[in-house]
Amino acid sequence: MSDITKQSLTKLVENIRNKKLSSTDVTKAFIDRSKKSENLNAYITNDFTSALDKAKKFDQKPNLDLKLPGIPIAVKDLFCTKDIKTTAGSKILNNFIPTYESTVTENIWNEGAILLGKLNCDEFAMGSSNETSFFGNVQNPIDRNLVPGGSSGGSASAVAGQLTPVTIGTDTGGSIRQPASFTGIVGLKPTYGSCSRYGIVAFASSLDQAGPMAQNVKDCALLHEVISSYDPKDSTSIDFKRNHYSKELTNNIKGKKIGIPKEYRVDGMPKEIEDLWQKGIQYIKDCGAETIDISLPNTSYALPTYYIVAPAEASSNLARYDGVKYGFRAKGENLIDMYEKTRSEGFGAEVQRRIMIGTYVLSSGYYDAYYLKAQKVRKLIKNDFDEAYKKVDAILTPSTPSSAFKIGEKTNDPVSMYLNDIFTVPANLAGLPGISIPAGHDSKGYPLGLQIIGKAFDEQNILNIAYAMEEKINFKNKITDWWIK
Amino acid sequence: MSKKDSEYLINRKDNQYEVVIGLEVHAQVLSASKLFSTSATKFGAEPNTQVSLVDAAFPGMLPVINEFCVKQAIKTGIGLNAKINKRSVFDRKNYFYADLPQGYQISQFKDPIVGEGKVILDMPNGQKEVGIERLHLEQDAGKSIHDLDPQNTFVDLNRSGVALMEIVSKPDLRSPDEVNAYIKKLRSIMRYLGTCDGNMQEGSLRADVNVSVRPKGSKEFGTRCEIKNVNSIKFMQMAIEYEANRQVDLIEEGKTINQETRLFDTKKNETRSMRSKEDAHDYRYFPDPDLLPLEVSEKFIEELKNDIPELPDDKKKRFIKEFKLSPYEANILVSDIDTAKYFEAVVAKMGKNKDIRLAVNWITGELFAVLNSKGLEISQSPVSAKNLAILINLIKNGTISGKIAKTVFELIIDGDKDPQKIVEEKGLKQQSDPKTLEALIDKIINDNREKAIEYKQGKEKLFGFFVGQAMKASGGKANPQLINEILKKKL
Repeated sequence: MSDITKQSLTKLVENIRNKKLSSTDVTKAFIDRSKKSENLNAYITNDFTSALDKAKKFDQKPNLDLKLPGIPIAVKDLFCTKDIKTTAGSKILNNFIPTYESTVTENIWNEGAILLGKLNCDEFAMGSSNETSFFGNVQNPIDRNLVPGGSSGGSASAVAGQLTPVTIGTDTGGSIRQPASFTGIVGLKPTYGSCSRYGIVAFASSLDQAGPMAQNVKDCALLHEVISSYDPKDSTSIDFKRNHYSKELTNNIKGKKIGIPKEYRVDGMPKEIEDLWQKGIQYIKDCGAETIDISLPNTSYALPTYYIVAPAEASSNLARYDGVKYGFRAKGENLIDMYEKTRSEGFGAEVQRRIMIGTYVLSSGYYDAYYLKAQKVRKLIKNDFDEAYKKVDAILTPSTPSSAFKIGEKTNDPVSMYLNDIFTVPANLAGLPGISIPAGHDSKGYPLGLQIIGKAFDEQNILNIAYAMEEKINFKNKITDWWIK
Repeated sequence: MSKKDSEYLINRKDNQYEVVIGLEVHAQVLSASKLFSTSATKFGAEPNTQVSLVDAAFPGMLPVINEFCVKQAIKTGIGLNAKINKRSVFDRKNYFYADLPQGYQISQFKDPIVGEGKVILDMPNGQKEVGIERLHLEQDAGKSIHDLDPQNTFVDLNRSGVALMEIVSKPDLRSPDEVNAYIKKLRSIMRYLGTCDGNMQEGSLRADVNVSVRPKGSKEFGTRCEIKNVNSIKFMQMAIEYEANRQVDLIEEGKTINQETRLFDTKKNETRSMRSKEDAHDYRYFPDPDLLPLEVSEKFIEELKNDIPELPDDKKKRFIKEFKLSPYEANILVSDIDTAKYFEAVVAKMGKNKDIRLAVNWITGELFAVLNSKGLEISQSPVSAKNLAILINLIKNGTISGKIAKTVFELIIDGDKDPQKIVEEKGLKQQSDPKTLEALIDKIINDNREKAIEYKQGKEKLFGFFVGQAMKASGGKANPQLINEILKKKL
């Protein structure tokens, strides 16, 4: 079957269960395509040889009751994988091989998945274009020299380019949803506390969440069902009753009330984004749901709040990369000199910028004015959502204020880069689930996404809405394989 | 310096200065595992053998609170008569050091687990109350070893992540003696509670000492200096003495005292500036986002309260009331939990017809002397409470004299033997048969006729001579009371 890599996860699982395909067939197909796709630079580390061995082993004694039976999956290189180099896209971890496995990846291996390799990302997940990775740019399969978004850029590129059937990314301020939008795929940022953070290289602990990225909503639901689990090893993991998201998935959203927040109509937003949003509203109505105009008054403070809270936590989380215990170490005259050289050489410019911002906002004399105030605003933003959810079941917004941009286009303008996250950060600040689904193309033919933000722990609801809309939208990603050698 | 009425003042020409001291005691929580990981905490293990991925701050590792350590902190708070905070928050204290793997220490800054409390000190001139400002939980750092290699520093992370309680006193202490009493009292309470072993040699208890001085009678505080990480009571006292005098000298010379952190050099007996206020670290405290606020219920606290044993102050009161001990004696017996346990075991084993006074005297006398000479703790006592109780009962019921008891005691030290058996084996039983003793005395009077006549003529001192002769003749076993009675009758 030559079109194996075009098949959805759901289809692949079905074909393996029906014995129409073996795990080896599937794994081989994705390895072959991954090998031909080096131009995308989606992988930092591949584990192809071992993946094929595991697939063969699976086929010898296949357990078809598993949810991901023999399915090869590549994951973002922010997840620690036992005995496989884990870099977080940084030089400072370029030689780091964990002796342990993240809970989220452990969950997918336990359901029969096989690791294909580790996918490129912005350094420590800090970026919106995958351009901050120590391992170079990632190409967007949509077009040459187009960024795939970030920070889960390698993951988005790999799914859109069919190098992996699905993947897991992480989302701190939009790192799953924005690249999903840029590459025409589906990406879910779950409720904070739904997926364990154990074994994920931390960026901003109070915002980080792992989540699924897939070609369609059903695949996304299936993968989410596997990765979401209560984990006592993560003190912020929440013990709530998790659904069988894929089984309970329905396109019946009749009578649902969907909020349309007026504050997301930002200045300078391109008309095609506005048009897309209007189309989305129409799709919602076509599905039998109702749209209601709502207000989230503190939305405009979300981005500045995020750029205080996230760097503050990052500045502390990244203190452990000091050259003493593991990772890159530069030679120094003394301890302080070694620290300075290790961190100056080991971290890239964007990471250093955020460490400095974070250190500044936590400094004595500035703490109250920045960090403390940001925490208060964060509470207000959360209150906005609480108020809104008294009236509506979910909220529909554009995923990003623009389509994918060219590589290098925004690298010298951090603020314009940060603006990419304007629609995605509120969900992180409020700890809410958000899903981006491809909803159309702009004039250049680049994909555009719509975001559905749900109530806490209400992933099933936003998956259902996405599933219903997906049917109406009938989006087709324009993949030309331009990068294949 | 004068110590009138045990007031500790520093005198210069016409001026007298009062010393104001506050302590930040770091007490290692008695717990098999660390504050946020399951690694062991045993003292003296091979370097880096008690280190988990969490302790070494590997990427993606997360702290998970050890509930036992939380219980220990709350129990200690209860022991300090302090307010237990149902909601407390762990913060990150950020700084770089080679033995601090995370690049931050998890501590409690704004919202500690235990709030204000107090301890009572027994000072020679009466009781003194010392306020407790707070108690919070925090992680210990690892250890940097600089003297193993000329080029490199070695790091041992065994201690990294071990739970500490930082107990902050109010600036209520006024002399080195009070500091001594305060540390001992804290240690005593924590040992009773089993929340800290109080072992200063192993670093389980150490303190930062804040010292300032002010003219006697002044209500305002002077500028304080903090002496970091002093690990013995003696050094604390020396450091305070030096530091207070240094500050007084500065004032007398018209100079100002800089608020700063200082180190105590135990060899030179002086404090040295470590860093000034301007160079102080900016620790950038903020709530640790990896940990939710720590919330404990009323029920949780109540259950721990029910678990609190009788503490030294209450035990002391009971000993005074129940056993008619003096406050001084009671103090000696309760200050160390093992002494109290030993004493109570002896009392229990003595049975109905017990002689508390004898027990107190024997424990604080003979037993303490032996422990001292052998360098042993009472928990390692060569004589069990049971055998000491038997020995005391033998005295009480007249089987042996106090003097013979001392001989028996010497014999039972080696191997904790049964005193009853020793008395029988060695034939040390007291001679209390009047007929035997009368015969013995008759013979002595006969042999010393002249002295007997002298005694009768009024040389009363000679009575002692006859007692001595009688005891000698009986091999020391004669009941001295009976000897006295018979001699008086016969002479």
